[in-house]
Amino acid sequence: MFDSLYELISNYTYQTVALGSLLLGLISGVIGSFTYLQRQGLLGDGISHSTLPGIAIVFMLWQSKNNALLLIGAAIAGLLAMMFVLNIVKYTRVKFDASLALVLSVFFGLGMVCMTYVQNMPNASQAGLTSFILGQAATMLRSDLYFMLICALIVLSLAMLYWKEFQLFIFDRDFAQSSGYSTSLINGILACMIVMGIIVGLQTVGAILMCAMLISPAAAARQWTDKFPSMVILSALFASISGLIGTSISSLVTQMPTGPSIVIIINSLVIVSMLIAPRRGLIAKVCQRRQNRINFNKKSLENVLGN
Amino acid sequence: MSSGIEIQLIAIIVALSCVLPGVFLVLRRLSMLVESITHTILLGIVLAFLITHDLNSPFLIIGAALVGVLTSWLTELLSKSRLLSHDACTGVVFTLLFSIAVILLSKFASKVHLCTDAVFMGELAFAPLNRLLVSGYDLGPVALYVSGVILLVNLFIVVLFFKELKLATFDPMLASVLGLSPVVMHYLLMTIVSVTAVGSFQSIGSILVIAFMIGPPVTAYLLTDNLKHMILISAGGAILNSILGYHFAHMLDVSLAGSMSCMIGVSFLLVFIFAPQRGMLSMNRRRRRQKLEFAKSTLLFHLYNHEPRVEREQSIARQLNWSAEFSLLVLQILKKEDKLRISADGVRLSPMGYEQLKQDQQAIFNRL
Repeated sequence: MFDSLYELISNYTYQTVALGSLLLGLISGVIGSFTYLQRQGLLGDGISHSTLPGIAIVFMLWQSKNNALLLIGAAIAGLLAMMFVLNIVKYTRVKFDASLALVLSVFFGLGMVCMTYVQNMPNASQAGLTSFILGQAATMLRSDLYFMLICALIVLSLAMLYWKEFQLFIFDRDFAQSSGYSTSLINGILACMIVMGIIVGLQTVGAILMCAMLISPAAAARQWTDKFPSMVILSALFASISGLIGTSISSLVTQMPTGPSIVIIINSLVIVSMLIAPRRGLIAKVCQRRQNRINFNKKSLENVLGN
Repeated sequence: MSSGIEIQLIAIIVALSCVLPGVFLVLRRLSMLVESITHTILLGIVLAFLITHDLNSPFLIIGAALVGVLTSWLTELLSKSRLLSHDACTGVVFTLLFSIAVILLSKFASKVHLCTDAVFMGELAFAPLNRLLVSGYDLGPVALYVSGVILLVNLFIVVLFFKELKLATFDPMLASVLGLSPVVMHYLLMTIVSVTAVGSFQSIGSILVIAFMIGPPVTAYLLTDNLKHMILISAGGAILNSILGYHFAHMLDVSLAGSMSCMIGVSFLLVFIFAPQRGMLSMNRRRRRQKLEFAKSTLLFHLYNHEPRVEREQSIARQLNWSAEFSLLVLQILKKEDKLRISADGVRLSPMGYEQLKQDQQAIFNRL
């Protein structure tokens, strides 16, 4: 048991992937708390699907598999998609969810068109797309790790720098606006942060499951606290720990994909938190209700006996 | 029939069967639930496949439909606990079920041909290759029959329960008071969404099902306020997009379903910009006009409040926190409408201005 664990920890690939998941958890946990409280958790899902045409077009134009270039393409496509989603909601009566679903699927379709154009054959790229959708943590290199580290530093410093603004913006947007903070600027910074987080996650957990990395840690953290700073820290902590455990499980069990095992861990954490969290949790609520009933009956009995 | 016509026919039928539930999904704000269902049906497909070991088995559809309903139920369950926001519930449930599906797939089904690409992408171009043969006679592609049956079922349900669906969509309270359970309607809708999604995934892929379901109804939503018209416009749009998309794909030799969803995107974009009343241009125009109207009223009230003092033309901009150009514009319009008089000592209300003021005041206080 300990031997295999030791072997695991000293494994170079495992170290890289585990560190990567840890960093991803840190980034997505922080950004996730922002989007979760704005009730835009699914935005991450939409954006991550929408990055496909960016990757495809970069590949089409430069024929390169250079990671950095592809990720820049993904970032541009993601930001563009986000702009579309928010503007459709702003200018029409179409609701956020419909706008998101439309944009993500159309962008994905555009991505497929570009992919098939590159291949110039009727079937989409088999190798590229699966890894885009489900991630390929095992192929992570040290250089990817540096990229993630830089992204993490940028996201964390942006979060610290604009802490007050973000907080104001999330909890009372109208007040923030009337106090003279530029909504479009804060929105833009948040958008860049979300897109950066998604790009970091594309390789580890893939486009579809990136959504869980943005929603679940924040959702779990929300159960334990009512304070924003502790929620952000808890969320980052939950996400990093799940990343670590998920990676370990996928390395110990054969044919266990990394992304899905991380997601299952973090989602189980959400369910456990919903059950056992103090005060908010379902079990705590049941106990509270019973306590209330007993107190009420005691009071009634006292009243009856007293009179 | 040539394969080109067969492909277009299949595409049109799939698009039509997607649009029928899609209209209600858009109106009920369930678009992202569809997105989650189109992913989780993978779990149903994988489970049914592991039991039957046959990709064409009807159990795949049943399994997928069950998982689709399960997804919707679990999302509602989490949402009812009120511990998570609704979109978070959707996210948690679908990623959990989807992860289980992917793990099962890579652990048990990796040796057989059921790759995730096939589920997400689908391939319309291959649809005519799989033919329905009855005692040696070629009766056309299987996909045509599968999607035809699904279209008929959807049409039947929407026509039969039109009134109920409409009421449950627009006024769920009234629907439950009248004894038409909105919950039953919800799960009925979710069932046909799952069945449609799984029936279409082989031809257009599960992610593009979302484009087919949501795209045309959202476009129609910007053009009409009538539910029946909305269904008809979306159906027309779906047919048009399928045909245009087919020819576009043929021209560039690219993915059929992808180019159809691009057409859906393009037609939405055109409607989004140019739609009468609800388009971006007319919305902008209306907002500008409203802003001007509001500014006109504000200025009149402002002058009235400051009476008998007379405000100077230049100080108005500063007092109302307007830019100099904007206040000049408002002043000029009001002067042209003869609602105020501008003289050397300042700006005064004219009798017409008082009249307007009275009207505005009445409009505001009557509404209160």
